[in-house]
Amino acid sequence: MTLTTFWFIVIAFLWTGYFVLEGFDFGVGALLPLLSRSDADRRQVITTIGPVWDGNEVWLITAVGAMFAAFPAWYAHMLSGFYLPLFLVIIGLIVRGVGLEWRGKVTSRRELALCDAGIVAGSVIPAFLWGAIFGHMLYGTAAAAAVGGALSLTMATLHGAVFVALRTTGPVRARARRAALLVSAGAVPLAAVALPSLPGSSALTVPDWSASPFLWASALAAMATLASGTALIWRRREGWAFAATAGAIVFTTATLFGALWPAPMPGITVMEAASAPYTLTVLTWLGVIALPGVIAYQAWTYWVFRRRVSARSE
Amino acid sequence: MDALDLARWQFGVTTVYHFLFVPLTIGLGVFVAGLQTAWYRRTRKGGDGEHLLRLTKFFGKLFLINFAMGVVTGIVQEFQFGMNWSQYSIFVGDVFGAPLAMEALLAFFLESTFLGLWIFGWERLPRRVHLACLWAAVIGSNLSAYFILAANAWMKHPVGYEVVGGRARMTDLWAVLTNSTALAQVPHVVAGAFVVAGGFVIAVSGYRILREGSGGTAGLWRTSLRGALVMTAIAGIVVAGTGDQSARLLREQQPMKLAAAEGLRHDTSGAPFSVVPGLEVPDLLSLLAAHDPQAVVQGMDDIQRRYAASFGPADYTPNLPVVFWSFRVMIVFGMTTVGLSVLGLWLTRRRRRTAALPRWFARLCVLALPLPTVAIVAGWLLSEIGRQPWTVQGELMTAASVSPGVSLIEVAATLAGFTLLYGVLALAEGVLLMRHIKAGPEPMPVEPVPSDEARLTPTLMY
Repeated sequence: MTLTTFWFIVIAFLWTGYFVLEGFDFGVGALLPLLSRSDADRRQVITTIGPVWDGNEVWLITAVGAMFAAFPAWYAHMLSGFYLPLFLVIIGLIVRGVGLEWRGKVTSRRELALCDAGIVAGSVIPAFLWGAIFGHMLYGTAAAAAVGGALSLTMATLHGAVFVALRTTGPVRARARRAALLVSAGAVPLAAVALPSLPGSSALTVPDWSASPFLWASALAAMATLASGTALIWRRREGWAFAATAGAIVFTTATLFGALWPAPMPGITVMEAASAPYTLTVLTWLGVIALPGVIAYQAWTYWVFRRRVSARSE
Repeated sequence: MDALDLARWQFGVTTVYHFLFVPLTIGLGVFVAGLQTAWYRRTRKGGDGEHLLRLTKFFGKLFLINFAMGVVTGIVQEFQFGMNWSQYSIFVGDVFGAPLAMEALLAFFLESTFLGLWIFGWERLPRRVHLACLWAAVIGSNLSAYFILAANAWMKHPVGYEVVGGRARMTDLWAVLTNSTALAQVPHVVAGAFVVAGGFVIAVSGYRILREGSGGTAGLWRTSLRGALVMTAIAGIVVAGTGDQSARLLREQQPMKLAAAEGLRHDTSGAPFSVVPGLEVPDLLSLLAAHDPQAVVQGMDDIQRRYAASFGPADYTPNLPVVFWSFRVMIVFGMTTVGLSVLGLWLTRRRRRTAALPRWFARLCVLALPLPTVAIVAGWLLSEIGRQPWTVQGELMTAASVSPGVSLIEVAATLAGFTLLYGVLALAEGVLLMRHIKAGPEPMPVEPVPSDEARLTPTLMY
């Protein structure tokens, strides 16, 4: 395997980490109004992601930073090419971030409602746009963008609902389970249509989908894990259901990046876009040294906050 | 006005705005960690450290309100290179991207993850571990400053690279990370951040002392004021020393910036320092920039001629009034802050421990917030506008860096969007900070034993 191939896989890994981790953050934010009947409920829902969401978002910063370093031309064309959608993603992440950090520090109900509105909008908009951007990157059509956006939004929402069910007690937990079942009624058929129909609409960059058993296997695994996530949440196996929805996002992202190889955007091949071997070697050492540590201490965070969050009436 | 101008405005607006919050994140984080460390050490030995805990939580809350803004406005920075400056990104990515990736992997993860643990970990983690989490986050913030400033320094003084096929290629990472420009700039900017954060604490403490007089919790504010005065004075010395170092590097690496900052037209031996236009101190500029009163300092017109000869005809002069005046504003406002802190140290010296702080000084303290903030912004204007017309000194011009496919309307729309949103958020942040400063620290709970339920309550948020 060449360094370039290796770094394409690293970039895919970083985006996968981002979609899995911030995926449930987005889902929790999007579902905030549906899972809560009171201020205490809302606080309970938000507390499930309170300690971790900011660390999860750094996966995006790292993925984009690593693209800049390893594939400057891809980074430059993607960011300038998806100019307005990315502007909206950033605006979403800004209002969501300040909403999450400030909602505990404001005093009036109106300000609290504003913070919550920021969290909801700042979750729904980026969750949709990431799928839309990558859908468009693959096929260059508005239809692909719409389907991709709908798929990423519903999958993130399902993932977030399962996460809340896993991390809470009481009525919120029950509502989260119902929400997960409801959302999966949309997500599963959408995935079943979108993932296998990818080869049919591959006009632009995908060379020969049918010749790639890896993509088929990955797409099938994505659908299987998504469907099993629904079955597991139905049977109240929340931990396994979360593993399944996480797996669905992993396999979907793997399929996506498999399809982006070796020409992620029109006129750009991974080989041409890559940095020189010296830089890629330096980055490899950096990743080898730093990533295991990052994964270890982030895992520790989840361990520290492993206890379910209960409703409080303070 | 074309897309290039607006893209430059967008970079200026979003970067200056981002940098209003960064110094507080860097410096106030260390200050809060210092308070919590003092509390930890005092109470571990059974001493009474309640006032230190109250200060930790009070300034911790202000720190977090500010931290949120620093994080979210930082996202814009990383995306902006690709969005507005795609040609620049393609040219520099091989070199410039590495410190950015390092910043994310080594610094941002540390900062965000451990800050989450600190915010929610008050009752969950052992005290020692909880304190270590804050230090880890603070070290992350400071480390991020190093990496991004190393990247920025490379634009002004590119090292450790070669240009192959129209793209810069890194040949020596160590040279990039130990760039002389970076080694002078990192302590200058980080110490400047400590001056801003120290000024913030001085202003808040002064304001509280004015409100409360000598009663109430005045003793509390004396503690924070003393700490901040010490921090500001020490950081001020570092800023001055590294500023001197930066000036000497300018003479060698970016002569045009130095000439513009001084309005020096022609190559001059024994160059004078121009205090304001028309008032000059002979030989001082040569002395400052080369530590030799007779040294030659290059002048703008002569540099322009030399650059035109080697790089082709173009205007190589930056915006003169901005560079000239921002240099002076930086020095005067920065020095005033440090002078204020030295005066404060004298007024609160050990022998006057019991005396009340004079009210006139408490009033002056409030100025310690705007003064260093203006100084540090002026410093960035000097540094980055003085670099023009280059994005990478001697290699790539700003006009050749912009994204070719992005239209004027797109840049205008996003510039308007960011400006509008940033304005609203600045207002909200100001109101939030002011409200918490007015409310003062929360009283300590009488009953410290946490029940199981209470253990789930994050102390600082939600």
